[in-house]
Amino acid sequence: MAFSSFRYTLRDAFRSIRRHKSMAFASVFTIAISLFVLGSTLLLVVNSQNLVSEMESQVEISVFLHLDVDRKDALALQKDIEKLPGFDSLEFIPKEKALANMQNRFGQDTDLLGALGGNNPLPDSYRIKAQSSDKVTALAKELEKFPEVESISYGKEWVDKLVSFTVMVKNVGLAVILGMLIAGLFLITTTIRLTVFARKKEIGIMKYVGATNWFIRFPFFLEGMLIGFLGAVAAGIVIYFGYGAAINYCLKTIPFIPVVADYDLLFRIVGLLILGGTVIGAMGSVIAVRKYLKV
Amino acid sequence: MIQFFNVTKKYDNGTLALDNVSVSIERGEFVFLVGPSGAGKSTFTRLLIREGLPTKGQIMIEGKSIIRMKSKEIPLLRRKIGFIFQDFRLLQDRTVYENVAFALEAVGTPVSEVKRKVPNVLNMVGIGDKYACFPDELSGGEQQRVAIARAIVNNPSILIADEPTGNLDPENSLEIMKIINEINKRGTTIIMATHDSEIVDRMRKRVIVLNKGRIVRDDVKGGYDYGLQ
Ligand SMILES: Nc1ncnc2c1ncn2[C@@H]1O[C@H](COP(=O)(O)OP(=O)(O)OP(=O)(O)O)[C@@H](O)[C@H]1O
Ligand SMILES: [Mg+2]
Repeated sequence: MAFSSFRYTLRDAFRSIRRHKSMAFASVFTIAISLFVLGSTLLLVVNSQNLVSEMESQVEISVFLHLDVDRKDALALQKDIEKLPGFDSLEFIPKEKALANMQNRFGQDTDLLGALGGNNPLPDSYRIKAQSSDKVTALAKELEKFPEVESISYGKEWVDKLVSFTVMVKNVGLAVILGMLIAGLFLITTTIRLTVFARKKEIGIMKYVGATNWFIRFPFFLEGMLIGFLGAVAAGIVIYFGYGAAINYCLKTIPFIPVVADYDLLFRIVGLLILGGTVIGAMGSVIAVRKYLKV
Repeated sequence: MIQFFNVTKKYDNGTLALDNVSVSIERGEFVFLVGPSGAGKSTFTRLLIREGLPTKGQIMIEGKSIIRMKSKEIPLLRRKIGFIFQDFRLLQDRTVYENVAFALEAVGTPVSEVKRKVPNVLNMVGIGDKYACFPDELSGGEQQRVAIARAIVNNPSILIADEPTGNLDPENSLEIMKIINEINKRGTTIIMATHDSEIVDRMRKRVIVLNKGRIVRDDVKGGYDYGLQ
């Protein structure tokens, strides 16, 4: 496109926005809101994934051995356990330590060993961590097969809940993001359609004097991109500073809940929003103008 | 040269607007299209700028079929043809100057050329002093002059006018006809649909009479009376 054409196009795009100031403002605002929801959802998903993987790393399987397994055999089992799929780490807990732990729980006042007649009834055990929560169940099944193993225990329900929670957050997040993208596209299409409608006569005259479709389309294209871009920038600013404040608040008041305090990630999300808003704006305007360009 | 070969136009709703029309118009000719309301005059002019396709037949402009033309070429066709309407179709929120400049800008004319051409054409149609006015500050005759200026600023080889004097009083109509005649004298082909018998009778140009989509008369130096009433 010739430079002079581009100059007219730019002027027309700004003139159109100026003329429909409140309309343009309203759509920038609504785009900003939907992109804000989108960005917040993205951050929520990232954080819940982080929380889940944090919790996953705490899920443990306790493996209790038969009482008649001697110490050498008990320790030898470690090699076999380490070969199992999904295995991450283990800790051997000899029966003496188990008793000591129990003694601690009852308090030093009670003589636990004496009460038990000098016999330690507790078995040797292993505490084992899986690589992730969805591997816990399979790993537990394998562990049960060892003849030395008497019983195992792990929070099966807890693990299952964790797994389904992760899946749900991912799915709901995806649905919200998709919904917001569609809503944004719809909003921009509607806005541009209104400005196209307001300029129907201009478009008609342009066609009569022989303007190309691209020349007619371009100002609307720019207008849509500009609206999408401005909305995204507004949403990005709010998310950037809002999330920064939220991180600080969380670190101070609930430090035990892990939050993703990664500004690189935040930058990437804000960048994604701005790119997304601009692309949505361009697409929305192309959709809006299509109908009016039919000869 | 404009040629219609057995052109039939049937609208989607079944109306037969043009029925097997064949006609040839030489470069630089001045042709009146007359006939009762609904005869197909506007349809005839709209087909010339590829606003829709004929149902049957062939239309050639300067030896080139505009039926087989790709849609990408349509803008180029329309740059060769100026079009004026009964209702002027000016942009109300732009000045006279901007309305005319608009036609040049729409085809990507450099700014310097716009600045040179617009005052020239405004002077030619006799409203050079009104360039800063908005359309609603002008009389009907003045508004039609702006529309003419916009139609010819690109130097089209054909000027089509669909009832350009339909909204004007006789005095203004005469002024507009003088301008159109002037444009014709400079070599532009004129095709003008009209109901204005006085103008047609006074100008003594070629008259094509349409009725129910058919050409029923075609007279060199004809008169308006088509004797159908
Ligand atoms: N877009 C359209 N769709 C359907 N029918 C149409 C359309 N445009 C025109 N017609 C019909 O085609 C016929 C010819 O119309 P046209 O406008 O060409 O007549 P005209 O000679 O210009 O009439 P007038 O003198 O009233 O302007 C009419 O019967 C009209 O109702
Ligand atoms: Mg008509």
